Amino acid sequence: MAAGARSASLTCRHGNVRVNLQGVHRDGEYRWVIEPTARMRVPAVLFADEQLLGDMDDKVREQLCNVASLPGIVGAAYAMPDAHWGYGFPIGGVAAFDAEQGGVVSAVGVGFDISCGVRTLVSDGRREDIVAVQDRLARELARAIPAGVGSTGRLRLSDHEMDAMLTGGARWAVARGHGTTADLAHIEEGGCIGGAEPTALSQRARTRQRDEMGTLGSGNHYLEVQWVAEVFDAVAAEAFGLRAGQAVVSIHCGSRGLGHQVGTDYLRDMLLAAPSHGLQLPDRELACAPIDSELGRQYLGAMRAAMNCALANRQILTHLCREAFGRVLPGFDGRLLYDVSHNICKEERHEVNGRVRRLHVHRKGATRAFGPAHEAVPEALRPHGQPVLIGGSMGTASYVLAGSASGEALSWSSACHGAGRSMSRHQATKQWQGRQLVDDLAARGILIRSPSLRGVAEEAPDAYKDVSAVVEAADRAGLARTVARLEPLICIKG
Amino acid sequence: MIDGRVRAAGPASDRAGEWEHFAHGADIGVRGRGATPARAFEQAARALTAVVTDLPLVRTTTSTEVHCRAPDLDLLLYEWLNSLVFHMSTERLLFAAFDVRIAGGELFAQARGEPVDVARHAPAVEVKGATLTELSVRREADGRWCAQCVIDV
Repeated sequence: MAAGARSASLTCRHGNVRVNLQGVHRDGEYRWVIEPTARMRVPAVLFADEQLLGDMDDKVREQLCNVASLPGIVGAAYAMPDAHWGYGFPIGGVAAFDAEQGGVVSAVGVGFDISCGVRTLVSDGRREDIVAVQDRLARELARAIPAGVGSTGRLRLSDHEMDAMLTGGARWAVARGHGTTADLAHIEEGGCIGGAEPTALSQRARTRQRDEMGTLGSGNHYLEVQWVAEVFDAVAAEAFGLRAGQAVVSIHCGSRGLGHQVGTDYLRDMLLAAPSHGLQLPDRELACAPIDSELGRQYLGAMRAAMNCALANRQILTHLCREAFGRVLPGFDGRLLYDVSHNICKEERHEVNGRVRRLHVHRKGATRAFGPAHEAVPEALRPHGQPVLIGGSMGTASYVLAGSASGEALSWSSACHGAGRSMSRHQATKQWQGRQLVDDLAARGILIRSPSLRGVAEEAPDAYKDVSAVVEAADRAGLARTVARLEPLICIKG
Repeated sequence: MIDGRVRAAGPASDRAGEWEHFAHGADIGVRGRGATPARAFEQAARALTAVVTDLPLVRTTTSTEVHCRAPDLDLLLYEWLNSLVFHMSTERLLFAAFDVRIAGGELFAQARGEPVDVARHAPAVEVKGATLTELSVRREADGRWCAQCVIDV
């Protein structure tokens, strides 16, 4: 990083929010540091260009400094270039804790949608193959993929099957006929997260998932048929199976009602138990528990079960998607490039001051981005780094990045996760009509299929930050390398 | 960041309360006001439904009993709204009318509504949960009660 720290003085593009930059000093083009003051145990570090930083809500800074004050935090509290105001933790926040140093695990450091993530399927099909059947394919996918409020999946799990799903993840789904074993090698942890503890889930959490296996949800979740519009790193792209003009599919969703309920249950429990753990929370929202406590262990067990639920869910959706393609475009194979989550806490080994330590890394709205040669990356992809899948907003580009060698020292190998909203849902509905948006996007060759026009208006592309600026900042900061840009053709939304 | 009222209160009723939404980054806040905490809780619940659909579209053909408890009023609001989220999610319901009674840290309520009709309600988004963010139940200067929190959608 370039030397010559200096105080920052920026103005905000939109004028309605402005991050308070007092005490923020610049360390290189894309790295900004807040040295520890008051209760902070470590610095807060933000990765962004000047414009993205200037546009960040002041709450991001406040929340990041609060995270930096939690017990057992190691290194720094990090904000990715797409960071925005979250619950306690900023969305786009990364923080690692050491159990041996009294470190904590936080339900809000993971988020309500546990293991929300993106997976991308590649094929030998071309953009023109999709365009030739676009309307029919959109109709078939909209019919096959349960999406939106009130939708239900076709599976209804018995208690026994629910337990098997919660411990088996995508591996369970494949064993039940949803997809192939080849898929599993291209999912984090081989599709099955160890240490899941179904008994740590409330009855409510289980009940909420009863009818929701294989559903997409709503909000910013989607299934998109896309094409590779630009390749930035030809060698990595080739290894990832991405070629210019090729058709791909990306799925963005999470652990559905089960994960939401786990978040709800443990947020309350962590708040109530904080005094008994001797925790003085800088903010009530930042509820957490020592990793090495009964409640901390219970949460980790429940969270891992919810992670398996998310992996199983995306696996079932993949199968439904392949079936729908098969009815319209026989021969579309849809090989899984990768599946990576961006709302998680994972136990990982990282080097700290020359010593390898086991850390619990929270990534909330941030994507794991292991660099080349990391043992956790599938063998075929390993020389190039882990694929990092960045979802755009409806109608805008998505990106495939690859983990960089420099990311480990910068941010525990973490990168951004998407665009992040720049406008509230209400502002969006005041500004755009759902029908008009659907028509405008159709005129640009992008078909939107959603049961809710109000939902479409709330998800208007311009209600989000510019994903390209976010990706560029992540790349230039050294968090990950840009491999390819994907543009949408069909978007199925809840 | 709270930028005040962005949606007018629902039609006046004999409950003499009102609700509104407030902006929060990616999500949305719900706020209810009334003469008592119970009335404010009812209005906050109306605001919750209005996150999903337009309230006047929801008929009251079914009724659901809700019971919850918490050590303080703030957390009771958290439990109340999350109980409604649970029923909305698992029974595919939308609620429009509420009768809430609060006594000794416990809440007893009847929530009336109907099953989701996607064509008629055009539900915008599903609610993941009520959060601790901006969570507060307080008496205001005019003596009325205000109950609010941010909803994760």
